[in-house]
Amino acid sequence: MSAAPIELPRWADTALVPLVSVAAALVVAGLVVLSIGESPLEATALLLRGSLGSLEGLGFTLYYTTNFIFTGLAVAVAFHAGLFNIGGEGQATVAGIFAAIACLWLAPLPGILLVPLAILAAAAGGALWAFIPGYLQATRGSHVVITTIMFNFIAATLIVYLLVEVMGKAGSMQPETPDFPKQAVLTPIHELLGAFGLKLPSTPLNTSFLLAIAALVAVWALIYRSRLGYAIRTVGANPRAAAYAGISPARIIMVAMAISGALAGGLAVNEAMGVQHRLVLDFTAGYGFVGIAVALMGRGHPVGVGLAALLFGVLYQGGAELSFDKPTITRDMVVVIGGIVILFAGALDGLFRRLVASVLSLGRGKTA
Amino acid sequence: MTSPHPAIELSGISKAFGPVKANKDVSLSVAAGSIHGIVGENGAGKSTLMSILYGFYEADAGEIRVRGEPRRIRSSSDAIAAGIGMVHQHFMLVEPLSVVENIVLGAEGGAFLKGGIARARAELARLSQEYGLAIDPDAIVGTLSVGLQQRVEILKALYRGAEVLILDEPTAVLTPAEADQLFELLRALKAQGKTVILITHKLREIMAVTDRVSVMRRGEMVAHVETERTSPAELAEAMVGRRVLLRVEKSPRQRGAPVLEAAGLSVIDERGCETLRDASLTLHEGEIVGIAGVAGNGQSELLDVLAGLTQPARGVIRLGGQILNAADRNPANLRRLGLMHIPEDRLRTGLVTAFAAAENAILGYHDDPAFGPGPFLSPALVEKHARVGMQDYDVRPVDPTLKTAKFSGGNQQKIVLAREIERAPKVLLVGQPTRGVDIGAIEFIHRRLIALRDQGVAILLVSVELEEVMALSDRILALCGGQITGEREAVATDERDLGLLMAGVSERAA
Repeated sequence: MSAAPIELPRWADTALVPLVSVAAALVVAGLVVLSIGESPLEATALLLRGSLGSLEGLGFTLYYTTNFIFTGLAVAVAFHAGLFNIGGEGQATVAGIFAAIACLWLAPLPGILLVPLAILAAAAGGALWAFIPGYLQATRGSHVVITTIMFNFIAATLIVYLLVEVMGKAGSMQPETPDFPKQAVLTPIHELLGAFGLKLPSTPLNTSFLLAIAALVAVWALIYRSRLGYAIRTVGANPRAAAYAGISPARIIMVAMAISGALAGGLAVNEAMGVQHRLVLDFTAGYGFVGIAVALMGRGHPVGVGLAALLFGVLYQGGAELSFDKPTITRDMVVVIGGIVILFAGALDGLFRRLVASVLSLGRGKTA
Repeated sequence: MTSPHPAIELSGISKAFGPVKANKDVSLSVAAGSIHGIVGENGAGKSTLMSILYGFYEADAGEIRVRGEPRRIRSSSDAIAAGIGMVHQHFMLVEPLSVVENIVLGAEGGAFLKGGIARARAELARLSQEYGLAIDPDAIVGTLSVGLQQRVEILKALYRGAEVLILDEPTAVLTPAEADQLFELLRALKAQGKTVILITHKLREIMAVTDRVSVMRRGEMVAHVETERTSPAELAEAMVGRRVLLRVEKSPRQRGAPVLEAAGLSVIDERGCETLRDASLTLHEGEIVGIAGVAGNGQSELLDVLAGLTQPARGVIRLGGQILNAADRNPANLRRLGLMHIPEDRLRTGLVTAFAAAENAILGYHDDPAFGPGPFLSPALVEKHARVGMQDYDVRPVDPTLKTAKFSGGNQQKIVLAREIERAPKVLLVGQPTRGVDIGAIEFIHRRLIALRDQGVAILLVSVELEEVMALSDRILALCGGQITGEREAVATDERDLGLLMAGVSERAA
């Protein structure tokens, strides 16, 4: 009866609406492909084959998925506290700087110490870069949307300065650090499984994928099973009730932002320690922003974030293959398709909620 | 006054927002050339009714007649076309623009400003003369005093040809001198044949300026009277309502030692208004102290400051004889000390409606080690705890996993009640315990509160239902304008007596 917020059963909210959104996005993307004279079905087949059809493609897909899990979780944790952290890029950048410092300074340490320390340094760097906007929001009322995006710019110039002037490789014109010591490099999955006699093609997929899976579980436990998560969700859903309950919204805002930034740091772990084995410029490559779409699509729930991250992994890897096989479908076309998915899954979400709700209420008749 | 048709006639207006009936079969007739007051407490439905008349909402049922003609008013432009103007409580002005620019805003009369501005300037001069409304047309609105800004709003409405002017709580932002000037202006408008509808909850203003008054309560029109033939006390009584007397069985109180003492409490809100002024009170073990007052007279501020949600500007609070420092006065610490709080607005403050009932059953107590190991909460333990509370307090359905928003108001209130009472409070602050609660649940809640008092708990009760305050309390304090205007033993007072105190007619007149 009530008209105001659209009430949906849980299953519809968590599964049906995102599915409808993705389907609609695929239809529109298909029309775009059709408009340049290519077959949408063929393009879809190429995209899926390229991303999931071979072990090599799958390895690349999961490598992209790793990045999206970290940045998606970062946005999701902040969402639960009612905050919109769009500073994933900057937080990952600072995380990369911290990880590089740890890897290069602590180079004499054995891998068993160096790797965890470098990962912790990355988390601390990301946390710091998100904590400052959180602190400003909590104590000064400066909106995190504004401050986090400003911090992206600060981080972007900071890394240029450091790579060119301070941490750069001696005698190199490239803005990049020297290579990390061998024991600081995260083991590629194909080498890891190779040790068990499984022969896999060489891909960038590395053990940070396992770290991402662990992060999904940890965030789930934090948000839905811990006292802190309860406080975070209370602040996000009703700050007045939180204050009434003796929870300090200011403290929770700072804590949630720090956790969010630490998760964004996972992007640096995968890229710098897992793939590049050194710190390079622009390694964040927009993954931080796509994390927003991943979190929106995944409804902030770790299971949803994991699935949405996989979807974007498929789009990234399959899209790359598609543009390789079909010269008419350029890299830019693939970006357009990704953009359509983001548009439908994030911005136009309300459209399909209403549609799904009215279809469901038709089905139930007048009983409700 | 002798015009053949009333300026405005509303008949059978109803409007519901979801399950909330904001207006129920409301009828109102406003004579042309009169000043008509509409009074009622916050949430009585005054603003909804005026929003319907001004086209912000469309009524679910009912008819609007303007000068005898049925009109459908679906937007504010329909309202303006029908000659209805509105001055909002919060001004709708563009501060960096000049007076004349604000006045033509939305009525520029073409793509180019020049003609419209010139016309407005001429019209403004005429209106200013006619009503004695001196104002500089080129002054920047942001630099004007609040009283002058309000004049700009009134001129805006008159410029658009308003015959009927609705003013929503116009004096809330004015100094007393500015308010007097406004009343002068309203009388001048009336003398020129305009009709004024004045919405307020300040009874003095009604008595000072209106010809007739309509009283709203809980969405219904409960009285229409000539201002000359009524009194503030009678209006207060009508606003607060006299319902079938609620009989509550209670034994004589066994009053114990004082537990909560407040002396000279003042609260200043962010606008700088003193919403609670020099309030002192003492709660003893085993008694219920009720606060009587028309809503918006400092009750909420009193509850919030005692519960640690706001800090007082001045004053001392003692709990169990100990002075509470600013650092002690936070809700978490006060709960530990045995001061529990059932807030006035359960939906906005007392509950997180998006949470399952079980999660709300631990709100404020989520650090209790009983609910899980270390930093974790165990859903099984939380749900078990919630189930016991829901059974004890007859919450229906007994489903701890159901989203709190899906329970009825009474059942939501029982979830809050169970949570706060269960922990054996020493002091219980209760705000609006039965607002939006069905009759059966009201009885249940009252019995629980009395039982708690008999166990020796000190209870402070704030309610807009005077009947409820009288039925439950052992002692009653009246609040008006943020000040305690009187104290009575519940057995030694009646509605008239309290009504006078609530209307701010102080002891000397009583």
